[in-house]
Amino acid sequence: MPILKRSFIGAVFWPRLKRNRLAMAGGAVVLLLFILSLLAPWLTPYQPTTINAWKVLQPPSWQHWFGTDELGRDVLTRVLFGARISLKVGFVAVGIAVLLGAVVGLAAGYYGGWLDTLLMRLVDIMLCFPTFFLILAVIAFLQPSIWIIMVVIGLTGWMGVARLVRAEVLAIREMEYIMAARCIGCSDLRIMVRHILPNALSPVLVAATLGVAGAILTESALSFLGIGVQPPTPSWGNILTSGKDYIEFAWWLSLFPGLAILITVLAYNLLGEGIRDALDPRNFR
Amino acid sequence: MTAYLIRRILLLIPLMFGITLITFTVIHLAPGEPVEMQTAMNPKVGREARERLQRFYGLDKPLQVQYLTWLEQLAHLDFGRSFSSDNRPVLDKIKERLPVTLSLNIVALLLEFGLAIPIGVMAAVHRNALLDKGITLFVFLGFAVPTFWLALLLMYLFGVKLHWLPISGLHTLGYEGYSWFGRLWDLTKHLFLPILVASFGSLAGVSRYMRSAMLQVIEQDYITTARAKGLPERVVIWRHALRNALLPLITLAGFSLPGLIGGSVIFETIFAIPGMGQLFYQGVMSRDYPLVMGILVIGAFLTLVGNLLADLSYALADPRIRRS
Repeated sequence: MPILKRSFIGAVFWPRLKRNRLAMAGGAVVLLLFILSLLAPWLTPYQPTTINAWKVLQPPSWQHWFGTDELGRDVLTRVLFGARISLKVGFVAVGIAVLLGAVVGLAAGYYGGWLDTLLMRLVDIMLCFPTFFLILAVIAFLQPSIWIIMVVIGLTGWMGVARLVRAEVLAIREMEYIMAARCIGCSDLRIMVRHILPNALSPVLVAATLGVAGAILTESALSFLGIGVQPPTPSWGNILTSGKDYIEFAWWLSLFPGLAILITVLAYNLLGEGIRDALDPRNFR
Repeated sequence: MTAYLIRRILLLIPLMFGITLITFTVIHLAPGEPVEMQTAMNPKVGREARERLQRFYGLDKPLQVQYLTWLEQLAHLDFGRSFSSDNRPVLDKIKERLPVTLSLNIVALLLEFGLAIPIGVMAAVHRNALLDKGITLFVFLGFAVPTFWLALLLMYLFGVKLHWLPISGLHTLGYEGYSWFGRLWDLTKHLFLPILVASFGSLAGVSRYMRSAMLQVIEQDYITTARAKGLPERVVIWRHALRNALLPLITLAGFSLPGLIGGSVIFETIFAIPGMGQLFYQGVMSRDYPLVMGILVIGAFLTLVGNLLADLSYALADPRIRRS
């Protein structure tokens, strides 16, 4: 029965995912981005924050493939180093959201009763807020730093996961093997973590992959507005801020970081949809 | 139906309470105070003056007292006065800005659904054909493109390169002298890009949703019946199938409200539109507690009302629910 059992992954999930060419392309791009951002210091002869007054706002050339910005910094280098921020934000923020959502969903679904009502009302309330407003308020009132951004995006993104996990738990806890586990004296915690959670995780995997894409978009929008990653640290969003200021003279400053966001988000979405299809029981033959 | 309505409205009360509690907690978690922001740069302001300012804003009282005072004010629809130098009532400030954001978002929502419904239906009808694949590609691009980047590119193309459209604000300078048609045309030109950008953001999601809803409906028996009795395909799809496939979209429209309001910060800042998003951004930047709390509460309340309206129209539109 366990959906994420090793035999399932080897025999069903992986072969089906492998057949989905778009999903594999998305996965390959994600992998490539990780490698590029890890190797960033060795891939480029420039520093992301070194100012060069002689090379301000130069269009793309052989020396500077993506041109230079208003302080003469190499845009390609900054985009490469910006990838580190985006990938980190995506992972940590979604990690927090999934962890919190799983705990809330498990507790609400397993115990039911007033705890369930209370937690699900909390979910309803959180879903009422325009998320971006909430994030904006918290980050601007605290000092904006990459860690705070990740935590806040995570804390405002767990509700969907909580609902998904709860729905799965409600179905699973009525199954016979849970009764069996209870009979042999497993504690509630053990039943929840060892016996229910692994089976409730497959929809979460999809939500998490798509969530990484969403978190990357949110971080870039925040940085673009000037309350995300603070300059001189490069992030795709804050490169676009200067792109906006110099849009009349320097299109390359806007084009390349935007394309980087587009490609990354697209890759995560394709991978997520592929995982969804591969896990969907309606597609089993 | 009446009982359902009453139950839903009663449920609003604890939700509203929760919204105010979370808003208050979030805002007061932050270290540092607005008074410090106003006085830190001014060496002439002594300790005494600072304390007087704190007393003036009620910031010297314990948090739970501050919360209850605020709640009591809210019950009288009093959102307090803005901390900014004009010191105007928050409600007045919001009242000025809300219509701009709301009307912009409603037009964007109409455009979005008006485009997404036919796109989704076409994709479902021609499932897996070239058209469907093309639409899917477009949908994925739509999901991935950052709206503010799209706004930048469009500004560059239409504003800077082609000079077809203005790139900021709501009116041309001196528009008061225009005829009413001239004013309308001026407003349309200013709003064209913002609305395009606002609706494009969620167009992809809605059309994707429409496609899957339509696919589910098409497989049902009554569609086969409709085809079997010889109705033209056009009637089967657009009259028989579409109606039922539209039902889940009502809920979606209600749920897309917070996203639209939240997104308004981005394009209102880019296009310099004097709406709620811009007001909120300014409020956040100057630590205007009452303003920020007021907008958060009103934004969340609008979402509550939106969801309620969506559920009610769903119940009205679906006879299976209406009659039970």
